[in-house]
Amino acid sequence: MANATARLWIRLSLWPRLNLWPCLGLAALLGLVCLAGLVGLAGQLGADESQAEAGQVEVSAAEGGSGAEGVSPAEGVPPAGTGGGGGALAPEVTESLASSKVNDRDAAIEALSADPSDGTTEILRALLEGRLMTERATKGLFIRDGDGGLLDLTTGERLAGDGKNNLRKVGINNRQREGLVSAINNRTLLNPDPSVRRRAAAGLVASKNVDLGLISGLLERETDPVVAKGYRKILAMGTLQNPEAPADEVVAALGFLGENLTPEAREYMRNRAGSDEATIAAAASAAMASQDSQLEHIAFFETVFFGLSLGSVLVLIGIGLAITFGVMGVINMAHGEMVMLGAYSVWALQSLMPGQAGLALILAVPVAFVATGLVGAILELTIIRHLYSRPLETLLATYGVSLILQQAVKIFISSNNRSVETPAFMSGLLYLSDHLTVTYSRLYIIGFCLVVFLTINLVMRRTRLGLQVRAVTQNRPMAQAMGVNSRRVDTFTFVLGSGVAGMAGVALSQLTNVGPNLGQSYIVDSFMVVVFGGVGNLWGTFLGGLIIGMANKFIEPINGAIMAKILIMVGIILFIQRHPSGLFPQKGRAAAL
Amino acid sequence: MRLAKIVACLAVICVLGAARLGLAAGETIKVGILHSLSGTMAISETTLKDVMLMLIEEQNKKGGLLGKQLEAVVVDPASDWPIFAEKAMQLLTQEKVDVVFGCWTSVSRKSVLPIFEENNGLLFYPVQYEGQESSKNVIYTGAAPNQQSIPAIDYLINDLGVKRFYLAGTDYVFPRTSNKIDEAYLESKGVAKEDIIVNYTPFSNSDWQSIVAEIKRFGSEGKKTAVVSTINGDANVPFYKELANQDVTADNIPVIAFSVGEEELSGIDTGPLVGHLAAWNYFQSVENPANEEFIKNWHAFIKDEKRVTNDPMEAHFIGFNLWVKAVEKAGTTDVDAVLKAIVGLETPNLTGGTAKLLPNHHLTKPVLIGEIQSDGQFQVVWETDKEVEGDAWSDYLPESADLIADWTDPVNCGNFNDKTKACGGAEAPAAAE
Repeated sequence: MANATARLWIRLSLWPRLNLWPCLGLAALLGLVCLAGLVGLAGQLGADESQAEAGQVEVSAAEGGSGAEGVSPAEGVPPAGTGGGGGALAPEVTESLASSKVNDRDAAIEALSADPSDGTTEILRALLEGRLMTERATKGLFIRDGDGGLLDLTTGERLAGDGKNNLRKVGINNRQREGLVSAINNRTLLNPDPSVRRRAAAGLVASKNVDLGLISGLLERETDPVVAKGYRKILAMGTLQNPEAPADEVVAALGFLGENLTPEAREYMRNRAGSDEATIAAAASAAMASQDSQLEHIAFFETVFFGLSLGSVLVLIGIGLAITFGVMGVINMAHGEMVMLGAYSVWALQSLMPGQAGLALILAVPVAFVATGLVGAILELTIIRHLYSRPLETLLATYGVSLILQQAVKIFISSNNRSVETPAFMSGLLYLSDHLTVTYSRLYIIGFCLVVFLTINLVMRRTRLGLQVRAVTQNRPMAQAMGVNSRRVDTFTFVLGSGVAGMAGVALSQLTNVGPNLGQSYIVDSFMVVVFGGVGNLWGTFLGGLIIGMANKFIEPINGAIMAKILIMVGIILFIQRHPSGLFPQKGRAAAL
Repeated sequence: MRLAKIVACLAVICVLGAARLGLAAGETIKVGILHSLSGTMAISETTLKDVMLMLIEEQNKKGGLLGKQLEAVVVDPASDWPIFAEKAMQLLTQEKVDVVFGCWTSVSRKSVLPIFEENNGLLFYPVQYEGQESSKNVIYTGAAPNQQSIPAIDYLINDLGVKRFYLAGTDYVFPRTSNKIDEAYLESKGVAKEDIIVNYTPFSNSDWQSIVAEIKRFGSEGKKTAVVSTINGDANVPFYKELANQDVTADNIPVIAFSVGEEELSGIDTGPLVGHLAAWNYFQSVENPANEEFIKNWHAFIKDEKRVTNDPMEAHFIGFNLWVKAVEKAGTTDVDAVLKAIVGLETPNLTGGTAKLLPNHHLTKPVLIGEIQSDGQFQVVWETDKEVEGDAWSDYLPESADLIADWTDPVNCGNFNDKTKACGGAEAPAAAE
């Protein structure tokens, strides 16, 4: 009996010392996440409805972008049925287009390609872009135009988009797609717009069956130098393919192709290099050598660009951590989930604003900053604040938070990935030369990374908050003695770090899966960057990220992606052995910690 | 007072226990479902759990099996391979289930294999896999390599005129074995060594810039090139995004995938991917009354019109129906009797043909090649004339060329060497002495 009482007393005396704040904080966060999830769910349902309404327009717009290159979907060309003057399409053509078997389409494509009228061009284009629809029951054919309307090919009538349901897309396979592209390219060679002709010519260089007579005729009339060069390449390749071509022409063609990089001609060059005639063989070898050196330069430049872009992703996800881990000394295992929430904000905005992927993406930057900053504030005020002097407990508590956030996303949104659209201004390639290209999305991300980094640097160096943060980092008691409210500074710093992580998520949504596991795959990388760069130093994070990215991309072509990761890891471990505080060790009192 | 409480508690426990025993004593037939409901594989495997629950519910509505109701026992192995073994053990020894439907990745199958063999359990495995295995206790309802990758390569060579191959895969057992078979097959078809590149990347690889650039360079040298992708899981989205970014389209370099289905595409903006290929034995888009009914039931069960169906779901559908037929034929759920009854049984598949269970515990399946459409569905562009028989041991690898699996008498062996007429390959002669 006495024993039991004693035990109770011990328990009671321990009670005030047990800090229950973290538990309460976790519970509060859980509650909030649930609430947010419900709100999100309600919003999602609303968005789905409005998406369904706008769906048709969106689909046709998306297909227009993916199919034929640069050809606007509806140019008001009259269909064969009305303008072509031949009445409706031939019955066997209709039959073959309306069939449910893809392979039956060959006959129609052949017939339509042979008829050069504008109406058939429009049908071919619609077929290529997936805008040609059929009604299984009646075998009727319709073209869907850009604004969702339908054009009945049998009657020539224009119907409203919802006039017919039960329409199925007339499907084609890759071989047919190739045939359509070259048929349309052949026709667009006469297009007055040089940029359309450039694409058509580039397409023809890669294709196998070209009418050389047609090309040489066009070359004489061509005024645009790029298109003309494309034609010359085609003609030179034609010369190489022709076994009866005279030797001097072959040598000239080889010289031309060697100077103007044409990887497509590689096979023909290789054949000619084994030629019996010494001049031809020598010219072919020279052309191949010249191509090789050009390709090497391109590959080098590409690798540098890839390294920069991987590095900028690493820097982006590292900056937020550099602030919370580096400046505050908080090991925030939920950092990856902040990145994930940022990526989800892009998805949320895109589904709220269907059809405006670009605007939604731009708006997502401030929205993600605010949203993840808010989550960060809650996290700091309820959990981390109470655990500042206990790094191991912070680690465990934030790990718990990261699991809660992941599971919340799985429950309230979905465990499946969400599809995030890439807006038009971010897709596609920037041609630095004929063969040297960089992707716009990566270019934007490099720029975004620079902007974020410079802004954070400015905040840290030029604002009052930055000054206070640095003061607290260097010597907390002294800063407090000088009147700095160190608790408030901690909160703001954590909010800033979380917000930046959210912005990194916006960038990542354009590159990878937007799903509950997004954060986990980057958390190790981001710690690696911060530790390698030097804890507590933003410049260290910046350079560290870029160096790791570069090293990764230069090792990858030699040893493969897996070895590259391993070598980088080993390299960093060895480096940390020599320089335990990273690239830029912190000076002063904080360094002793 | 205290004593009374204890007695009351004990009484309650006894009553509950008795009720449970009573239930287990012959009222129901237990069907174990071993699919990850959390972790990385949850995305794919949760759907399979749901489809099993649907099939069981339908069977119970029809009056159950052998006059008893079916009872689903769902466990969560959490995408963790050792836990797969633990949970399999729990299903077989504690829950005493009559059959298990489960596993997705090959590692999880390999980790539960010894458990099923030791306890003489029965596992239906629904996913395409690398072959080179046949167990008495496993029914492989997914495709063997000769029902997926070999016909796909034939299609690339014959129909698209592809001359160069870039084999890209995630670094684990399925891609490595599958690529080994594909490489051997390509060489037998006269494709030169320098026209094949094999590349492995880690799980969830997210930066594909260099690899796509390499594919582009490899494909720009004048010979028609295709990518054969065994990239698995999360890594696919950034891979396809990078392909689209770098302007690698299906008409210049098509990518044929063995692990990308409707479910995986539902997380991607498929606009730029139109025309890339996948090889499976089932697509949701196949127009067929049986399939339409299956899709209708699925939407009604899951209460979401947007959910897609895919190949492993069809495999579970076939596997479950075969098991039901075998149990009815054997008149019992006893594993040995069911295994004896199941070989040779036929059931309609969802694409208009029939699936027959072969003596090597694989199925006959049609092979379909589909092109990705902008709505995230596939359109069939090529299919085999009739069903292909699943071959457990690849004929294109020297070490397995002579091996066959046959679980019927008189052979009754998973790796029977047809030349030496011995079971167990190299070890068998020693055993015979």
